[in-house]
Amino acid sequence: MTKLLVLIVGLAIIGFIVWWFFGKHEVAEVSAEVSNNNQSIDVEVNGGYSPETVVLKKGVPATLNFTRKDKSSCLDRVVFSDFGINKALPINEEEKIEIDTSKAGEYQWACGMDMFHGKLIIK
Amino acid sequence: MSITKRFWISLIFSLPMLANMILMPFGWMLPGGNWTQLILTTVIMIISARPFWQSAWASFTKHHSNMDTLVAIGTVTAYVYSIYAMATSQAVFFESAAFVTTFVLLGQVFEEKMRNNASNAVEKLVDLQAKDAEVMRDGKLVNIPLSEVIVGDIVRVKPGQKVAVDGVITEGTSTIDESMVTGESMPVSKKSGDKVIGSTINSNGTFMFRAEKVGDDTMLSQIVELVKKAQNSHAPIQNLTDKVSDIFVPTVLIIAIFTFIFWYVFLGASVASSLIFAVAVVVIACPCALGLATPTALMVGTGRSAKMGILIKNGEVLEAVNDVKTVVFDKTGTITVGKPEVTDVVGDKRTVLSVATGLEQSSEHPLASAIVKRAENEAISIPKVSQFKAIEGKGVSALINDKKSFVGNDKLLEDVQIDAKLKQQVIDLQEEAKTVVFVGVENKVIGLIAIQDAPKETSKEAIEDLKARGLKTVMLTGDNQRVAEAIASQVGIDSVIADVLPSDKADHVKALQQDGKVAFVGDGINDAPALTVADVGIAMGSGTDIAIESGGIVLVKNDLRDVDRALALSKKTFNRIKLNLFWAFVYNILGIPVAAGIFYGIGLTLSPELAGLAMAFSSLSVVTSSMLLNKAKITSKAKFA
Repeated sequence: MTKLLVLIVGLAIIGFIVWWFFGKHEVAEVSAEVSNNNQSIDVEVNGGYSPETVVLKKGVPATLNFTRKDKSSCLDRVVFSDFGINKALPINEEEKIEIDTSKAGEYQWACGMDMFHGKLIIK
Repeated sequence: MSITKRFWISLIFSLPMLANMILMPFGWMLPGGNWTQLILTTVIMIISARPFWQSAWASFTKHHSNMDTLVAIGTVTAYVYSIYAMATSQAVFFESAAFVTTFVLLGQVFEEKMRNNASNAVEKLVDLQAKDAEVMRDGKLVNIPLSEVIVGDIVRVKPGQKVAVDGVITEGTSTIDESMVTGESMPVSKKSGDKVIGSTINSNGTFMFRAEKVGDDTMLSQIVELVKKAQNSHAPIQNLTDKVSDIFVPTVLIIAIFTFIFWYVFLGASVASSLIFAVAVVVIACPCALGLATPTALMVGTGRSAKMGILIKNGEVLEAVNDVKTVVFDKTGTITVGKPEVTDVVGDKRTVLSVATGLEQSSEHPLASAIVKRAENEAISIPKVSQFKAIEGKGVSALINDKKSFVGNDKLLEDVQIDAKLKQQVIDLQEEAKTVVFVGVENKVIGLIAIQDAPKETSKEAIEDLKARGLKTVMLTGDNQRVAEAIASQVGIDSVIADVLPSDKADHVKALQQDGKVAFVGDGINDAPALTVADVGIAMGSGTDIAIESGGIVLVKNDLRDVDRALALSKKTFNRIKLNLFWAFVYNILGIPVAAGIFYGIGLTLSPELAGLAMAFSSLSVVTSSMLLNKAKITSKAKFA
């Protein structure tokens, strides 16, 4: 009887894992507001990036302010491979990253180990 | 709290439990028994392991998972079960939670160090810059910080000093050590009019130079920028790991649950031992090794090649190099020195040179400058020229003394007359690898100018190295077939495609791509399309900016032998990436089943502690393997066994 219960609970947890991690979930998306010919977005780094997708306007100088709140060494660097940016993120410090917005497109950023990803859209 | 501190705390509090484990068979027990273990482990869990839970929880709320998820679940399961077991007087395994935390942190301490080493190499390049410069201001030499030097400044460099920025020598001579930028170990002698590169070291003379490029425009800054981009670029092979890493952690969790269900429900094992198998599965799985495999190798490989004066722009290029079958060379400036000289003048020397100079003086073609230079040496007066016209791919024509005069290559011969004697002389000259320019007036050739552009000293060796690697070599040139063949046989090139119009170079590269991937080596503006079309574009550093922009690999030293070194380094790096990925996959594919207890029947099992140790060292070994690329031998001569 206990075994049957364990089996059911186990399968239920598996079902939950599949739904939680593989199911479709909304991703936080934030568009930058332009003021004084400048745009900036704050990105919090804590078990991933929030917002995970940022939208910037083409041609306006942009800064992304990353603040890492997560102690995991997984997230201690942020890499924009298309821009040649690889920056260390000291914990609880705001790190400004200048983004060249001259070319429209979709770019990825990732943590140093390529486990967490964020998306940068310039349009 | 830093990882290092967390590690030390974790280690110190684990040691009594380690002693307990080792000495138990000899009858020694930890005073206080389970209670002591509970207290020690609780300290470790609260201080050292808490950040794992925090990170795991934070990513869980975002529907993500990472390595910390696995470590957190593994340790918390062991810890919580042990408390339950203690309450119900069953066997506990607090030490598993403690040891796993310690080992994982140990791995992270090392890994952090190594990763910083790997990425710091480029930042060191920037430190090479001079801090200040002695600059002429208001007629006086003053010392100012580097950042205040502007274009046009006259800068003095004394022996032993660093050249502040890029520029051209205005007075004085010296020899300069350029190894930090070009990788060339021999000092280069420089005189007035020669270019100097910022951050290089002046050895014996004092000289003045005019600053031409400052700040981010200097060669060193450009190189640093390029290398940074390369080091952080994505190699296509990573697309595989990207996909795997997205599903890795949840999949491992599912496998762990199955493991527990299997042992407990179907095989009838106890809760404790079923749980140990499940925890071992969670702990041994290591997505980090997969994630680190490519970036670390890319970083070390491109950094090392930059030190050798070979700039590989990104991971894509690195990957493409592996399948290159044919290497195509541009002739002028790539295989040859690119400074042609007039060797023979046939016909009435003064008239021929005078007409030719009149027509060519405003041209920027290297052949034209050779003619103009010769005329200057011979003190030939330049006639007045009007109605100047270029004949595409053939030459130029204009009116001199009201007579239609022309200068051009043998394609012009379709339109004009030439006598048999001259024709034979043309063939003789061309077979000596000299380019022949025809000079004529009123549709008749009045003379010939033979121009030679000698191959670089190193070209022959460079081609031999590539052939030893089993690559096919091709030369692509706008020059005449006979001249091209003469040069090709001097340097040992397999085949020649001559008489190519500049606009057709890219098409020829495309045609060669039918038989496999092609690398194109060139330096001129007209090479840019071919550099882009080729699977791997290799630009000579002395070349034009547009060529450097178009190439995937830039050879700063301008030495053709670096083509072979570039290929060797790219291959080494890419092979290391593959090796890293192979081990990272094999490790997980073998480790997980062993941890799950599949080989229990033959006595092969893994305790969670050992699984934690293996996990810590799998990512460490990947980073180490990448770092070893710095030590890997680069043989410029590939030999077939």
